[in-house]
Amino acid sequence: MDEEMARDETVFLLGEEVAQYNGAYKVSKGLLEKYGDKRVIDTPITEMGFAGIAVGAALAGLKPICEFMTFNFSMQAIDQVVNSAAKTRYMSGGTIECPIVFRGPNGAAAGVAAQHSQCFAAWYGSVPGLKVVSPYSAEDAKGLMKAAIRDPNPVVVLENELMYGISFEVSDEVLSKDFVVEIGKAKIELEGSDVTIVAHSRPVGFALEAAAELAKEGIKAEVINLRSIRPLDVATIIESIKKTNHLVTVEGGWPQFGVGSEIAAQIMESEAFDHLDSPVIRVTGADIPMPYAKNLEELSLPSVNNIVNAVKKSLNK
Amino acid sequence: MLFNRLVSSAATSSSRRSLFSFSSSTKTPAAAAIGTNAAGEKTYSFAFAPEDFDTHNFNALPSTSTPATKAELLDLYLQMQRIRRLETASDQLYKSKLIRGFCHLSTGQEAIAAGMEASITKKDSIITAYRCHGFALGRGASATGVIAELMGRTAGTSKGKGGSMHIFGPEFYGGNGIVGAQVPLGAGVALAHKYRGIPAMCFSLYGDGAANQGQVFEAYNMAKLWNLPVVFGCENNLYGMGTAAGRAAASTKYFTRGDYIPGIRVNGMDVLAVKEACRVAREYSIANGPLVMEFVTYRYGGHSMSDPGTTYRSREEIQNMRSTRDCINGLKNRILEAGVATEEELKALDKAARVEMDQAVEESKASPEPALEVLNEDIYAPGSYNPAEVRGCEPKYL
Repeated sequence: MDEEMARDETVFLLGEEVAQYNGAYKVSKGLLEKYGDKRVIDTPITEMGFAGIAVGAALAGLKPICEFMTFNFSMQAIDQVVNSAAKTRYMSGGTIECPIVFRGPNGAAAGVAAQHSQCFAAWYGSVPGLKVVSPYSAEDAKGLMKAAIRDPNPVVVLENELMYGISFEVSDEVLSKDFVVEIGKAKIELEGSDVTIVAHSRPVGFALEAAAELAKEGIKAEVINLRSIRPLDVATIIESIKKTNHLVTVEGGWPQFGVGSEIAAQIMESEAFDHLDSPVIRVTGADIPMPYAKNLEELSLPSVNNIVNAVKKSLNK
Repeated sequence: MLFNRLVSSAATSSSRRSLFSFSSSTKTPAAAAIGTNAAGEKTYSFAFAPEDFDTHNFNALPSTSTPATKAELLDLYLQMQRIRRLETASDQLYKSKLIRGFCHLSTGQEAIAAGMEASITKKDSIITAYRCHGFALGRGASATGVIAELMGRTAGTSKGKGGSMHIFGPEFYGGNGIVGAQVPLGAGVALAHKYRGIPAMCFSLYGDGAANQGQVFEAYNMAKLWNLPVVFGCENNLYGMGTAAGRAAASTKYFTRGDYIPGIRVNGMDVLAVKEACRVAREYSIANGPLVMEFVTYRYGGHSMSDPGTTYRSREEIQNMRSTRDCINGLKNRILEAGVATEEELKALDKAARVEMDQAVEESKASPEPALEVLNEDIYAPGSYNPAEVRGCEPKYL
């Protein structure tokens, strides 16, 4: 965000606690000092109102970054995201643009129970006019954020609170001011030949751990990090299936109408269907409101074990 | 105040007659020529009745009279007549089944769009809800652009993709269909003006029905916190769809509902009063921050084309408003009484408006429906996606 704010005067950040408090998760630390209160704006706790104001500013040509303290609170503002931001270009016959970024932590954190533990990938991913990205690593977070800010369309950036404190090794290229990750392209995190595991956000890490477990048994898993929910890079998944003939999807969100459901449907409609040697298996969050107790919460989110089991089932091992 | 009685009577459905008791603009003292303006043109002065304005924590009262040149007066007259003719044409096209879906007409409320437009610059902005045809026309959208959009034709302002509720134009941000959602959007447009440091503002408009939406008050709060150059304008036509204002609002003094934001109420049936109040509001908002305005007005037709508009109010009430409060007749009488122009000159403007709309209807009818290929266009910015890959209703078979 800092690099893009330095690069483009029309980029500004607004949201709850983003300025003086440096962000609820310190994501915007130092930005107020650097850019002042004109470009780093603390809002009251009124999601629908400030999301609407951000969208209005975007319609008038600025490039707002609208932070939701968590995406759970974006439900208060979802009308502005869907009806005002996503649809205006189409409704105006292309005469009005809405270059805005909605960002914040999405999905389950730890010990915060049902109302604060929800994945919005499927919700926003279903909306034409929106782009939706879901970074896993530091490389993703930086490259996708910069791409989202530069994108002329409304982009939803689904971050993950539990990943904010995780460090990743990055290349010099990633550290460059010009490093941007193309929206709509998945990344093959690990090459393999026996099974394709597709995941987004934090579960990509679980998929990689599962792959390491499986490797001990001689199973070579290919792990695809979706990076983008919309557009969805089905082509990369298809190519992988042609090689592995098996597909397991992994996500933290609810199962019904989820990201995995969509991938399964699109794969079934594609030429990859003829390459599948077994049905697609979805590993998802449990179909329940998130419980608070630690042991129950653990049962509600996909684990490495769930993925290992799904792969073995797929491979009939 | 007479205006208070006006609104509360609508609320209780009692004493309907008081609806029509506030000073008719036709009774306002006739104008006298007061001299010349800077351009050397002759100007006329028109007095306002005391009840044409009311204020809330606002010291800079609109003037008790306004000067206007003949050209300004005739332009106001023409603009109102253009809107009325546009809505009349829309009504006919709807009944001929050439317009589909929702269609909300502003017949009776023309003074607001015309008076507001005359008081602002092209750098200022307007955003409103779905009763938007007149504002679009005033902002500079062509009559053909508006009518063709209503008909879903290529020549429409949104190439036929938006329809009646989604008309856009220069510094006109719609045309928005979700009641109340446009209010924070307008505050955001104002934020953009302030961010760029340009002396421009935004009129963020809504009806008396939308005035009760929570996000309206969220927008008030942030606009005042950040002193945004926005005027929140409530077009109070006394009924939110079929619900009388007082049955939906705990306070129908909409101009006071910004609490800590000053407010002005104006007789929305008097185009000169609207123009003067909007002029004051514009200057105030750019210099000081937000203002809440209430335009007390009346729609002659139903809420939309599917509403006859007579189940929740009497025909007598509508007829009385038309005959005693009409904004076009009101200005016409002022012009004639003051000897600004002759009846023939006004008739020539009536004709010009009619000819313009007749021509726009013909052009719109001649404009083709959108080519099927454009279905997938305008979802995202050109170049940032491939329209050919957008999934249609016909599945892609292997």
